[in-house]
Amino acid sequence: MNVILKIWRQPSKDTPGGFETYPVADVSPDMSFLEMLDVLNETLTQSGKEPIAFESDCREGICGTCGLFINGRAHGPGLGITTCELRMRRFKSGETIVVEPWRAKAFPVLKDLIVDRSSFDRIIQSGGYVSVNTGNALDGNTLPIAKTKADEAFDAATCIGCGACVATCKNASAMLFTAAKVSQLALLPQGEVEAQDRVINMVKTMELEGFGHCSNTGACEIECPKQISLTHIARLHREYLKATFK
Amino acid sequence: MSLDARIPEGPIQQKWDHCKFEMKLVSPANRRKRSVIVVGTGLAGASAAASLGEMGYNVSAFTYHDSPRRAHSIAAQGGINAPKNYANDGDSIYRLFYDTIKGGDYRAREANVYRLAQLSGNIIDHCVAQGVPFAREYGGLLANRSFGGVQVSRTFYARGQTGQQLLLGAYGALSRQVHTNQVRMFSRTEMLDLIVVDGRARGIVARDLVSGKISSHMADAVILATGGYSNVFYLSTNAINSNATAIWRAHKRGAYFANPCFTQIHPTCIPRAGESQSKLTLMSESLRNDGRIWVPKQKGDKRRARDIPESDRDYYLERIYPSFGNLVPRDVASRRAKEMCDNGYGVAGGYAVYLDFADAIQRDGKDSVEQKYGNLFDIYHEITGENPYTTAMKIYPAPHYTMGGLWVDYHLMTTIPGLFALGEANFSDHGANRLGASALMQCLTDGYFVLPYTIGDYLAKPLPHVSEDAGKPIEREVTDRLNILSNASGSQTAMSLHQKLGHIMWDKCGMSRNETGLKEALNDIKTLKETFQKDLKLSTPGQTLNQELERANRVADYIELGELMVQDALTREESCGGHFREEHQTEENEAKRNDENQSYVSAWAYSEKKEAVLHKEALAFDHVKPTQRSYK
Repeated sequence: MNVILKIWRQPSKDTPGGFETYPVADVSPDMSFLEMLDVLNETLTQSGKEPIAFESDCREGICGTCGLFINGRAHGPGLGITTCELRMRRFKSGETIVVEPWRAKAFPVLKDLIVDRSSFDRIIQSGGYVSVNTGNALDGNTLPIAKTKADEAFDAATCIGCGACVATCKNASAMLFTAAKVSQLALLPQGEVEAQDRVINMVKTMELEGFGHCSNTGACEIECPKQISLTHIARLHREYLKATFK
Repeated sequence: MSLDARIPEGPIQQKWDHCKFEMKLVSPANRRKRSVIVVGTGLAGASAAASLGEMGYNVSAFTYHDSPRRAHSIAAQGGINAPKNYANDGDSIYRLFYDTIKGGDYRAREANVYRLAQLSGNIIDHCVAQGVPFAREYGGLLANRSFGGVQVSRTFYARGQTGQQLLLGAYGALSRQVHTNQVRMFSRTEMLDLIVVDGRARGIVARDLVSGKISSHMADAVILATGGYSNVFYLSTNAINSNATAIWRAHKRGAYFANPCFTQIHPTCIPRAGESQSKLTLMSESLRNDGRIWVPKQKGDKRRARDIPESDRDYYLERIYPSFGNLVPRDVASRRAKEMCDNGYGVAGGYAVYLDFADAIQRDGKDSVEQKYGNLFDIYHEITGENPYTTAMKIYPAPHYTMGGLWVDYHLMTTIPGLFALGEANFSDHGANRLGASALMQCLTDGYFVLPYTIGDYLAKPLPHVSEDAGKPIEREVTDRLNILSNASGSQTAMSLHQKLGHIMWDKCGMSRNETGLKEALNDIKTLKETFQKDLKLSTPGQTLNQELERANRVADYIELGELMVQDALTREESCGGHFREEHQTEENEAKRNDENQSYVSAWAYSEKKEAVLHKEALAFDHVKPTQRSYK
């Protein structure tokens, strides 16, 4: 199959960018989207042109490094997948495909399709953990945790920190990302001691980093490659209320 | 230089206790005056950096990723071993020790492996305390499953995402230290060389991958936790950016490289599809708990898997190894799959075998199978377009893990004083073959529970002062090296040269090796090295964010390391674990060790002008008697 790519090119953070068009021929439907970009980049390099900068690492949907906005959707067509899992069989031959970086104030573009997501790290640094020093733990089976609770905590903990929720949200809110961590630790007894400070500090950092507010449209849940549920946002709200009206 | 592994005296059960007591301590007040650099933020690096930060050391942590959470530990699927014996099935520290030595085909150090088994239980406790959501039983207690090469259930897991959950736990601990400025985090910063002053590791030269700025960072000790080198094969289950530059550069500065030819080819990966493929995807070993591996009895059988009746199927692992069946160790399962395919029984073009869940779905129901393996089935479905709930999976072996790495002593220190290596970056615990669910165990044992003790012994003695400028000459060397690369104006891209290296390594130094092939490989690599120097092409000379330059620099190091792997494979005149020399096999095509002459760790010293020099650390087996490994 043949496709036409309209790709966002931007030399650096402080230089304006724009779309450029690249036709790619002889694409196999079994190729991944990123492998198709690899092939395009090889061609560009061969012809002395600068290849397109994009990020990826594990290429199996778990590290959260890749993240492209394809035809107006985070991680492209398909539900529950990351960009690296996306295969070309999802497109039609002759189709024009628009590829952009994540767009959000808190995710500045560094080059072409690469954005800076260190704001996510700072949200976690402000409280997304249990403060336990190495060597302090009791036997793992001392504290039973109901399977349903553990499973629900796991569902929240599957967040890969890719930023699709922010890129999808019309307010560029990081609520689903923040809620996933708050909710995971709120569901587990280990997280209880610090629950109140955690939710307040993480929400505060989220706002300081320039993410927008959540208006409950639910787009994030749909585009989340790990299909993390909005109920975790509801739990964050409950935790926040509990922490502020104590 | 003679190799002193510093194995403590005394019975094996007490060695670590002795060692801990004998080692010097750094008082809490002095720790803040000691600085440590940690390179890599995967399980080993993040756990070490966090633990050292908690203790009060001044830590700087480096990763080339945009965030420490991206490290490839995140992709580990199946689980983590610990001999808790929660399953009440006869497990013990000694049994885990025994299984690991045997699984490694008697090429690991007994003392290290015993310590690993001893400390592994602490990891589970610590990770539970961190809020890692391990799988649980309905009674609320932790669940276990079994894994390859063992007959007990000692593997703790978090669905098929155990590595992710453990890494996010360690990342949380690291983030907490970053928040209090106890650890300074350098993201998107790649180590390109090691600074050695007066024979001691005193810092690193690193490149800011966004601005391109090259700078030196000084410290009292340097820890490398930079993972393995499977990407020498080009196609592997490793992440695109996983590379060998940090350990290779340390090797070139004097750290010995141990057992480079010990590489693990994982039996259950999605088969290759086309030339443009960039990586291979692992399907967790845990699938072999319930999936049955088979090929058609008839060569070139064109029927669909589900149309082939039981009587026409060869469940070859169950047939050859009745007691372990589909759960034989990885090296054995991979080699048998290759043998089946080489003999013409492969399916889907000849390079695949079936991994079939039909029986498990019939026995336990689709829901139960989905609970255990749902995410893996989804990945498979997305990549191949086939639904594994209704069609047997197709799998084939792929490079996955490297048991070899920097040589370290019992303290995890390399042959350069002050340079430590943790996790997959060292060679220490897995011998010639790693058992499933043992990599996570080793990384976290090294990072949480071994290094924080042993580094104190090194840092307790005052170190001579070094000036901030001591790294400048090496900084200049690195700058020159990158300038040459970025101006390369030949005709071949770094990616295409990497692909060529991968072909050589896979064909001649892959799942099975022989003298003729290995000698050819040495020549091929020599030619490739020249081609790289003369004909590399980069389209943009830019020194700022430049992914072409990053790749070219890594490929240069892969080529040199590939050469050492081949040399090591040539000199090891035996078959053991993942290293299968066709000249050395039993009548039943099993690996045939040579315990009399080859019971050693190879430790290679780099030489600028001559060939690498082989040193040997003799292995002693006082507790587990080496025998022909049998999984029948």
